[in-house]
Amino acid sequence: MEIAFLSGKGGTGKSSICSAFISLANNVIAVDSDVDATNLYLIFKTNDTSQTNYISGKNAVINPDFCIKCGICKTLCQFDAINFINGNYQIDPVSCDGCAICYRKCSSNAIEMIHSDESKLYVGDFEYGLLIYGQLAPGEENSGKFISVIRNIAKKKASEKGIDKIIIDGPPGIGCPFMSTITGVDKVVLVTEPSKSAFMDLKRALDVAREYSKQIYVIINKYDLNNEISNEIQFYCDKFKIPIVAKIPFDKEIVYAMVNKQTIIEYNKNSKIVGILKDAYEYIINK
Amino acid sequence: MKIAIASGKGGTGKTFVSTNLFKAFKDLGYSALLVDADVECPNSLLFYKLKKVDETIVKEYRPIIHSEKCVYCGLCADYCEYNAIFYVPELKQIKLLPNLCHGCKACSVACQYGAIEDSNTEIGIVSSYIDKGKNLYFEGRLKEGSVSTIPMIKSTITQASKQLSDFILIDSPPGTSCTFIQTSIRSDFVILVTEPTPYGLSDLRQAILTLDSMNKSYGVIINRAGLGNMELYDYLSENNIQILGEIPFSKEIARIYTQGDLVYDKMEDMNLLYRELCKKIINYGNSLS
Repeated sequence: MEIAFLSGKGGTGKSSICSAFISLANNVIAVDSDVDATNLYLIFKTNDTSQTNYISGKNAVINPDFCIKCGICKTLCQFDAINFINGNYQIDPVSCDGCAICYRKCSSNAIEMIHSDESKLYVGDFEYGLLIYGQLAPGEENSGKFISVIRNIAKKKASEKGIDKIIIDGPPGIGCPFMSTITGVDKVVLVTEPSKSAFMDLKRALDVAREYSKQIYVIINKYDLNNEISNEIQFYCDKFKIPIVAKIPFDKEIVYAMVNKQTIIEYNKNSKIVGILKDAYEYIINK
Repeated sequence: MKIAIASGKGGTGKTFVSTNLFKAFKDLGYSALLVDADVECPNSLLFYKLKKVDETIVKEYRPIIHSEKCVYCGLCADYCEYNAIFYVPELKQIKLLPNLCHGCKACSVACQYGAIEDSNTEIGIVSSYIDKGKNLYFEGRLKEGSVSTIPMIKSTITQASKQLSDFILIDSPPGTSCTFIQTSIRSDFVILVTEPTPYGLSDLRQAILTLDSMNKSYGVIINRAGLGNMELYDYLSENNIQILGEIPFSKEIARIYTQGDLVYDKMEDMNLLYRELCKKIINYGNSLS
């Protein structure tokens, strides 16, 4: 069973709540699919970690010695990445998408595709099972591809080790990394908070998630910061028959736990929040 | 001057800083333009009373494959670097997987049999708004279900940049990779908003590595100061990184924000903080010219 934590808006508490669930699950494959702002590794220390390089993309480069200045590359490029500067055609690496059409059609073989393989993929044992996460090299493209690669490894490891739960800490937003995280998972947990902006983003995330998954759950974090908006969120979710599995009050202990690099359950197992999270966990796993 | 308000970690307060800073610039008598380039989750216009003045539908290239003209040579699938063409010649199956397509048109260049028709698909809308004081606002909004975040960001900033304004504030998406680069590369200065927690620091480090590799100027705003630990401060001082301002952690600030109000209007010390921040940015701008 794959369970993904997502939110739309960032900073609603995905990683804090997800890490708590991971420590409750025990014997689990934990996946951090927020590859350009990865955080689970801060809370869960791994042993025997294997590190592999991941080819995150390609960029085209023109060799001016071979270029005959025909300009075909510039005409074909859909990303406005090729400019004619000081008598030479040049490719702007930030705009280049790596589609390679310039490379294929260059009449003088002056274009080369350079692979970037600085991004890293980590797999390691930790207290509750196996942690798998990616870390993009600075400036690399966050394509959903990297996330699918990570999820495929997670599924393979799960069947090898006979582990039945994969818990994924996902990225913010509703674009490409969101889709890559949600496609084919069994259950989706959307973590929100009672602000106008988080609610607006939750609606967008729900619209997309409903296309992909039938089992969606909502957690309202810091619900008592604005009870009125929490009620609006409740009303909205009721309308679509989406269960709100936890309403977590604002509590500085969540931050203290993070600062101590622990989950809230490790930090204070008697906290009121722990009871709420345990109930939510049982609900999500069993219903 | 174009200023991107960005962060590695989400939810550190980018929109909070953008919306208040925008108001402060206007009060100091400057012309300012607010651009919401967080196209997956745009929120900054919630904080103002606005009237829509214009909207542009943004489109991206998508091929239409006509299987009746296709000879199943496979060249289009071979040209596609994104595996967006599902191709099984034995079964005479060919179709586009639109979520993987980047709109590069390579398949169309490849096809010699007229089986690929060029077309465009809507990926989102860039809207412009106006308030009572005739200030302009731009918002890019990715269509739900679309994955074309980068072209939406580009189009939003390009359209907004046609306006003449002393300060263009770009509220950016979270993250440290391609979306972050697309907003920072189009800016003269980047404000990184972070919080003093291990998550905040880890993602800030990653964002700073990226900005350093681009030679961009930046400064840091610490939000929710007092809530976490001192690791962030140690990192900033060891690396000589400028702290532009500190916003204390307070439930009152959080409450005002959740209601969609501006702390700049409601709290005297916040009003002062944002005016100081404007001055720092203006001084930086003057040092460039």
